[in-house]
Amino acid sequence: MAAQVVSAQDLGLTFQTGDGAVEALSKINLAVTEGEFVSFIGPSGCGKTTLLRAIANLEVPTSGTLTVNGMSAEQARLARAYGYVFQAPALLPWRKVDDNVRLPLEIMGLDDVAGRVSRNLELVNLAGFEKKFPWQLSGGMQQRVSIARALAFDPHLLLMDEPFGALDEIVRDKLNQQLLELWARTKKTIVFVTHSIPEAVFLSTRIIVMSPRPGRIIDVIDVDLPKQRKLEIRETPEFLKIAHRVREGLKTGHSYED
Amino acid sequence: MRIERALPLLAVTLSIFIAWYLACIPMNAVLTTPKVAAAGGGLANTLTFSWNEARPVLPAPHQVFREIWNTTFAVEPWSIKSLIYHLWITLSSTLVGFVMGGLLGIILAIGIVHVISLEKSLMPWVIASQTIPILAIAPMLIVVLGKTGLPDIFTKASISTYLCFFPVTIGMVKGLRSPDVMQQDLMRTYNASSAQTLWKLRLPASLPFLFASLKVSVAIALTGAIVAELPTGAVSGIGARLLNGSYYGNTMQIWAALFVAAFAAAILVWLLGEMERQSLKRMGAKA
Amino acid sequence: MTRAILTLLVSLGLSLLVAASFSRANPPTGQDWALSLAFVICSWVTAWSLSWVVDLILPKAQSRWLVPAIFGLGVIAAWEAYVHASAIPVVLLPSPTEITAKFVNSMPTLMADFVQTILRAVIPGWLIGCGAGFLTALACDRSDFLRRGLLPLGNLVAALPIVGVAPILVMWFGFDWPSKAAMVVVMTFFPMLINTLAGLNASGDMERDLMRGYAANWFTTLVKLRLPAAMPFIFNALKINSTLAMIGAIVAEFFGTPIVGMGFRMSTEVGRQGLDMVWAEITVAALVGSTFYGCLALLERKITFWHPSYRR
Repeated sequence: MAAQVVSAQDLGLTFQTGDGAVEALSKINLAVTEGEFVSFIGPSGCGKTTLLRAIANLEVPTSGTLTVNGMSAEQARLARAYGYVFQAPALLPWRKVDDNVRLPLEIMGLDDVAGRVSRNLELVNLAGFEKKFPWQLSGGMQQRVSIARALAFDPHLLLMDEPFGALDEIVRDKLNQQLLELWARTKKTIVFVTHSIPEAVFLSTRIIVMSPRPGRIIDVIDVDLPKQRKLEIRETPEFLKIAHRVREGLKTGHSYED
Repeated sequence: MRIERALPLLAVTLSIFIAWYLACIPMNAVLTTPKVAAAGGGLANTLTFSWNEARPVLPAPHQVFREIWNTTFAVEPWSIKSLIYHLWITLSSTLVGFVMGGLLGIILAIGIVHVISLEKSLMPWVIASQTIPILAIAPMLIVVLGKTGLPDIFTKASISTYLCFFPVTIGMVKGLRSPDVMQQDLMRTYNASSAQTLWKLRLPASLPFLFASLKVSVAIALTGAIVAELPTGAVSGIGARLLNGSYYGNTMQIWAALFVAAFAAAILVWLLGEMERQSLKRMGAKA
Repeated sequence: MTRAILTLLVSLGLSLLVAASFSRANPPTGQDWALSLAFVICSWVTAWSLSWVVDLILPKAQSRWLVPAIFGLGVIAAWEAYVHASAIPVVLLPSPTEITAKFVNSMPTLMADFVQTILRAVIPGWLIGCGAGFLTALACDRSDFLRRGLLPLGNLVAALPIVGVAPILVMWFGFDWPSKAAMVVVMTFFPMLINTLAGLNASGDMERDLMRGYAANWFTTLVKLRLPAAMPFIFNALKINSTLAMIGAIVAEFFGTPIVGMGFRMSTEVGRQGLDMVWAEITVAALVGSTFYGCLALLERKITFWHPSYRR
């Protein structure tokens, strides 16, 4: 059986805010196996980002168990088991593109720095832009540098938090396609957070539909579309059926109500 | 919860006091060692002498407070011995200078924002003017202005004015320019005149910047007023007390004057902060 | 354009009219002082409208530095004209030419004062004060307890008339340059502390999460993320402190100094009515201050080249 990269049992996370306790996650049961592309989808405030951050040990669960690569989330973070891509590129403006990709390699003390930098920039189709500064690139290109940076130290797990949310639809489609090709080449496990139904269906092998108040899993959908996909697949009836199922799940979770 | 939050500040303040008391011992040693030896040595004698010197190198906190008490509450406020009298002298030129400097700064800022040639010609010099240590040339200015026959308070206030206007100008220019492009375009769709845009949009938007600059300015104005008292051999005012204490080696007088000036500065800044809170509240800003 | 030329001609005419009306009596009468104020206003408008005209004629690239330069020259010319027109005694206001002459003739004295004040007090004091403020800020960053205790105190002290401690420092450190350097340290410490702390908090939450994801320790995060992000704030403090350092050293000399130093020279020459020497010292101070500030601004541009404020 393929290794369990992420495993959560009865996971719960309650925030203590000034207005009282907020239950962000409630009774989450999740298993992500190696090589999968799993998306979390749901409206704002349903806990999908919180769940991703819990896996990344950027938040601490208040109940239940969570393991990453068989160890606790904190151990996994200290062992540098994953790469994280944020909603914004979060590049350091005083470093050129190649220095930005080099950042995790410097911190972790890894070797073959130049090789890793050039390989990963090529992977995101940005070869030739090494000496540019972030502000000289478009938003989509900056986000691609951020992805290259997350891959630079070759983690097996990639955590992505709405990475294409700030980009326009045409750029987004292009990047979706490039991400799928990248996943096929590198065979990583990807956990992806989005609020776009077509994006979730297009990219994933499995979709986790979540709903808010409290954050919980409504539905788990196995996407049985072929692994090699082109953008045209979004107009096929199979695609639309899965999208419909996602939408129904969201409605069940009251995501469309005020 | 509130006690928890005040705890670090209390701890730091307390440790400063303790360090102060302890520092008195070595700092006053040159004066106390013979006296302690004559009294037969011992810790008790060392402490007593270190903390009760008549003309100490470093007065102990209780000595400073006693001096302040003696010169503020134990004498009539209008007598020349009273620190309140001296504080009033300094405060009056501070406030005059502060008001004049503030007004000058606001007027300059409005001019700079509306007339581009004014900005290009003036701004570099306004910024360069701050590299001239005005406090250092205060003596000369005081002497020259004194000869013009203006009342003393205005000559001293002129130093404060010069020091004040720069932060107010810079802050107001930033504030008057702070409304974003969309809001300025809105005024254009109403065909609002420059004056209307100034009054209805720019001035209200600049209030936070104005108050931030005013708080910096009032403290600087007080410093300016104190320094302005130094050159003319003034006999009244906080600066005069500092100079006087320095000439006659009267350390306690210096420390007392300094504490009173510090207290006045804190009150002034706090007052401005209150005014800021009130006006921002009336404008609906978040508490 | 017509408005600019009209303003120029009218204000120039008014200035000349006022200049001709001075009584040239010694000491100047009350009316003379009123005329002086009128002259100041008229000549200032003249200088400004001259630069206005130049601004309208020239292309943008040159006008950026030429306009303020013309305005400055206009002010100096007006100054010279004023001194000659009003026959104001030299003990009150010397002319630019007299000051330049004194400057050139007094180079040895000016040099000695420069060494005493700038090289022995301002520079070492600035380095120590900024360095101590920076290290204390790092300590406060490490210890939340220290920060919450020290920062309110720092904000309070920054508002106080710090110059008041000058006599105490003279008493503790003696008459010579150490007390002046100590004054500079006291004046520069807190602005550096406050600004560095503000700068350390300037890095974004996302970037800090990124470092946490790399399991980077405090020191690595400091060096690779938070210090570079803090540079704009740190340079802001360094520039402010350059001015404060000069003020501190010179004012401290008012409270006692050996017979050399810029502050000493200024206060004694005021007493001797040698105002041209005072102005010569002021010129030195202005030149040193501008150079100091300018060097810092150049360094800032090199290090914080990435900041949005530099992009056109």
